[in-house]
Amino acid sequence: MGKPDSLHFFVDPNRCIGCQACVQACTECDTHRGDSMIHLEFIDRATSVQTVPVICMHCDQPTCAEVCPADAIKRTGDGVVQSARKARCIACGNCVLACPFGVPEVYEDRQIMMKCDMCYDRTSVGKKPMCATVCPSQALFFGTREQVEQLRPMSMPVNRFHFGRQTISTRVWMMMPARVAPPQPYVDVTAAMDERPRARTLALTPATPDDPFAEVGV
Amino acid sequence: MAEDPRQPLDVRLETPAREGLAGTTSASVYQRLDDPEQITIAPDGRPADLQPAWRRDFPIDWPQDHYVERRDFMKFIVLTSLAFAAGQFWIAAQNWLRRRRGQPEIRRVASLDAVPVGGAVTFAYPQEHDGCILVRMAENEVLAYGQKCTHLSCAVQPLIAEGVLRCPCHEGFFDLASGRPIAGPPRRPLPRVRLDVRNGEIYAIAVEDRTS
Repeated sequence: MGKPDSLHFFVDPNRCIGCQACVQACTECDTHRGDSMIHLEFIDRATSVQTVPVICMHCDQPTCAEVCPADAIKRTGDGVVQSARKARCIACGNCVLACPFGVPEVYEDRQIMMKCDMCYDRTSVGKKPMCATVCPSQALFFGTREQVEQLRPMSMPVNRFHFGRQTISTRVWMMMPARVAPPQPYVDVTAAMDERPRARTLALTPATPDDPFAEVGV
Repeated sequence: MAEDPRQPLDVRLETPAREGLAGTTSASVYQRLDDPEQITIAPDGRPADLQPAWRRDFPIDWPQDHYVERRDFMKFIVLTSLAFAAGQFWIAAQNWLRRRRGQPEIRRVASLDAVPVGGAVTFAYPQEHDGCILVRMAENEVLAYGQKCTHLSCAVQPLIAEGVLRCPCHEGFFDLASGRPIAGPPRRPLPRVRLDVRNGEIYAIAVEDRTS
C-alpha cells in the first residue's frame, strides 16, 4: 500500500488566501496533534498580504536524508519522504539546516525531527492529504495531472528547482504561469530572491464561466 | 470500478467525478504503485556501482533499507535452529549430571549444646563455599538456611529478636521462620538446609532449593 502513482500534490501559491485552514487541519491530525507540519509563510509581510503554504516537496534525492548522520530519514517506495524514525533520530538538526525548502523541524522537547509526510496515513489509502482537503481556494491541490490541467489551464506544473548549483526535482509540483514558463521549466530560487515584483494586470474573467473557483489570468 | 481519471472532468465542485477530490474514494480505484525496488540516484548522478559502499549500506529508500537477502535469511534461520537444538542437548546434559551427583552427604554441623537458644552458627554445606547459617530458635527448634542473599549473594545476618534475616547490602529482609523474602530487593526465598538432631548432635542432611 502506498500513495497512488496517478495522484500528485500541486501547490499554487497564486491562489493562497492565507486563511490558515491547512495549518489548522494539519494541527488536528492525531499523529502529531497540536503541531502543524505545514508552514504558512508570508512572502514580504511589510508590503504584501501574499502567503504561501510550505509543505514537504518530497525530493527525488532528499537533501535531508543525504545529510542525516543517523540514517533516520527514509523514503517509501512511492516517493514519499517520511518523518525521522523515532528509534534512530538524534535530533541533531542537520536536516533543518540542509533542506532548501525549510521544511523539517526539530522538536526539542521530544528529541525528534517531524515534517510533512503528505499525510501518509491518508494518501496511502487513496485519500487526499488533510490540507488539500480543507483548502478553500485549492491552492493545495491533490489529484491527477489531467485534473489539474483542466482546472488550471493557464498554469503549468513545475518540479525542478535551482538553488545555486544544486538542482532539485521533487514529487510535489509547483504551479507556474504557463505564459512565462521557459521550455525546460524550472524555478531558479536564488535568482528569484532578488526579483522585484512587476506591475501586473488581473483579468477577473474566469477561465470556466460556470465555476466560481476557476483560475483567473495574472 | 471508477472512471478512467484521464477522462475529461466536470470541473464543477458537486459532481460525482470529483468524489475522489473530497477524499472519500478507496485506493483500489487508482493505479498501482511505482516499482518498490526503485533505486535512489545519488546527487552526482553516477550509477550505483561507482558509488561509495556506504550508499549501499545506508540507502535512503525504505524498500532497500528493509531488504533482506535470501542467503542472510537462511543463515539466520539455520543458526537459530542450531542454537535451539544445542540448547536442548545442554539441558539434557545438565539433568544427567544432576542425577549423577545424587544427594549431598550427611554432615555434622555442631553439637546442640554448643548453640545457645537464640544463638547462631555458620557452616558450609554441601560444598566448601556454600555458606549456611544455623539458628537455634527454641530448645528443640533449629533452622538453617543458605547464607547467600537471593538478590546479589551478600551474606545475610540473623536478627533473632526481630525474627528476620537481614541482608546489609540492599536492606533485604527474610522471614526467619520460613526463609521467604519479606522486604527489599530479593524476590526468591533462601535455600533451606534440612537438619536432623541425633543424640544431641545437629546434622545437615539435604538442601532444599526453592523458587517461590
